Amino acid sequence: MKASTILWSISSTLAALGIAAAAVITLNLRGEEPLPSAPEAFSSRPELVARGEYLARVGNCMACHTTQGGAAFAGGRGIETPFGVVHSSNLTPDKASGIGQWSSAEFWRAMHHGRSRDGRLLYPAFPYPNYTQVTREDSDAIYAYLQSQPAVAEPNRPHALRFPYSTQAALAVWRALFFAPGAPVVAPTQTAEYNRGAYLVNGLGHCTACHTPRNALGATTEALAFNGGLIPVQNWYAPALNAAAEAGVKEWPLEDVVALLKTGTAPHGSVMGPMAEVVFRSTQYLSDADARAMAVYLQDLPQHTVVPPPAAPPVASAMARGAKVYEQQCAQCHGDQGQGQPGAFPPLAGNRAVLLADTTNLVRVVLQGGYLPATAGNPRPHGMPPFRHVLGDEDVAAVATFVRNSWGNQAGSVGAIEVYRAKERRGM
Amino acid sequence: MIDRLRSLLRPVVVPLWMAASLGCAAAQPATPPAPVAATSIASGMAPRVLACVTCHGKEGRATQEGYFPRIAGKPAGYLANQLLNFREGRRSYPQMGSLIEHLTDDYLREMAAHFAALELPYPPPPAPQAPPAALERGRLLVQQGDAARNIPACVQCHGPAMTGVNPFIPGLLGLPRDYLNSQLGAWKTGQRRAHAPDCMADIARQLTPEDVSAVSAWLAAQPVPGGGKPAARLTGAMPVRCGGVDGVPVAGR
Repeated sequence: MKASTILWSISSTLAALGIAAAAVITLNLRGEEPLPSAPEAFSSRPELVARGEYLARVGNCMACHTTQGGAAFAGGRGIETPFGVVHSSNLTPDKASGIGQWSSAEFWRAMHHGRSRDGRLLYPAFPYPNYTQVTREDSDAIYAYLQSQPAVAEPNRPHALRFPYSTQAALAVWRALFFAPGAPVVAPTQTAEYNRGAYLVNGLGHCTACHTPRNALGATTEALAFNGGLIPVQNWYAPALNAAAEAGVKEWPLEDVVALLKTGTAPHGSVMGPMAEVVFRSTQYLSDADARAMAVYLQDLPQHTVVPPPAAPPVASAMARGAKVYEQQCAQCHGDQGQGQPGAFPPLAGNRAVLLADTTNLVRVVLQGGYLPATAGNPRPHGMPPFRHVLGDEDVAAVATFVRNSWGNQAGSVGAIEVYRAKERRGM
Repeated sequence: MIDRLRSLLRPVVVPLWMAASLGCAAAQPATPPAPVAATSIASGMAPRVLACVTCHGKEGRATQEGYFPRIAGKPAGYLANQLLNFREGRRSYPQMGSLIEHLTDDYLREMAAHFAALELPYPPPPAPQAPPAALERGRLLVQQGDAARNIPACVQCHGPAMTGVNPFIPGLLGLPRDYLNSQLGAWKTGQRRAHAPDCMADIARQLTPEDVSAVSAWLAAQPVPGGGKPAARLTGAMPVRCGGVDGVPVAGR
């Protein structure tokens, strides 16, 4: 090879890299206005703080920014991702470790552009791909509320991410590919109520952060929004909100959708797993008007047809084993025909959560049980016992297969390997 | 234009990245995940607490054959404190923590009151599971403590009958030996905590592994007197102050 060819190859590679780097930098800065140079005069008032408290609940900020039993908003909770653990930051007004020195403009820049006060790019475990749609006015209210909270001197914990995800450069490339600052999307032909619902669902509510599949780099795409997705590492399946076969609510009476959001339970479904936390900490506090607006928007989502994967009929021995387990452990509450007991124990016949193609949730509910969230509208919920200590993997698989194929139910069998995986992924 | 470029690039970058990560998967060590007042008893509690009985036994009467502790008839304030401890991470048992994660203080107190009010008989204790010398060592620690090592006798707080004191101090009898061992061990290592000041943690840290084993073996082998009912009040003063235990005099204060 001639020297000139080598030189040409090197220089064109460098040029291509330079262009790519420039594009990444440009994409990361687009739409971002410089911060005001003069110190800002932010005037807070009680109504603004109250509004901020409400909005912080809608955004469920506390769930991630508070550790179990820890001080509110002091951060430090580990959010597991396929790329390592991201630790939430201290949002209290502590000057050294919290946001005590942040201006409202800097707070807005974090919400809207995903950039920290010191200029660092923030990891999208902080759902700014959704929060970017939040208005400046609402961001200011949340800022005022957080600044009104007690300061907690809790230093931020460094993230524990693997290389190269731990670098700002990798994050910049990710953002160049998958993030663009946004604004509330208003559909002019729709009602104000629908648009309010869209704003809450897609912005602060960040429903798509879980209910949309993620690609290998952990990004969601708008085209698949609300199609349902397995929450990585946490290992719960967030069912599709736009499909009648999963968790779509198009066919439900509007008041049932409102009830699910505000109380955690409705005539044809209730919440468990991560959604129990969302209802407990966030949606139960929605005003009636906002809950209704979200319901209106969710009912109007373009519908998506889920085609169940072809399933072989269950093996007779698994059904027999499952029937025995069911009779001993389950029938007392769920009934010998899977009919449940209204107001206490859900029916399993025709239950969408039982029939999902992805059996993760069913297996996990059998293994670890759980209570519905205790809410103002359902303060004394019933609960499902954990069977982890009572049933072996084969029995869990058999009873799951049995309930998926009895009383008119028809869905794929569950194998012991799926039970094993559910345990292994969660370290149970 | 730039958005068009992004949409063209995404289908290229993501599969390339997947291929590259598969190649690196063997070389890249995975980072391990980060360590993670009684109310009136309302009707209809029994079906609401069915989630408790697969582990804690029918009506909360788990026997000493298994690992899980009996909860039926324990003092209401003690049970409520434990539920709050699990929910807030002072006690660590993932199944308990996740089960009650989204329940309110009021509802947890109601559950505690439900189990506390159950007066149900205890089965006879299992045969002692330690040699006589160890059992004697256990008995001495429980009944007399060890003043030289600043270890109070268990009976000073848990009552002369060791059936606990209403509403906050639990009884020590009718529990599996393994459960007792693991609780004292968890206190020593900080896995189990109570409201501050955590007197039991201080005491457990004074105990050697042999002490723990002896105390657990002796306690697990005792019959439960008087139906296991907690005493109404402590006759003397408590030797140390304990968090979560209100209204009981403390010696020397």
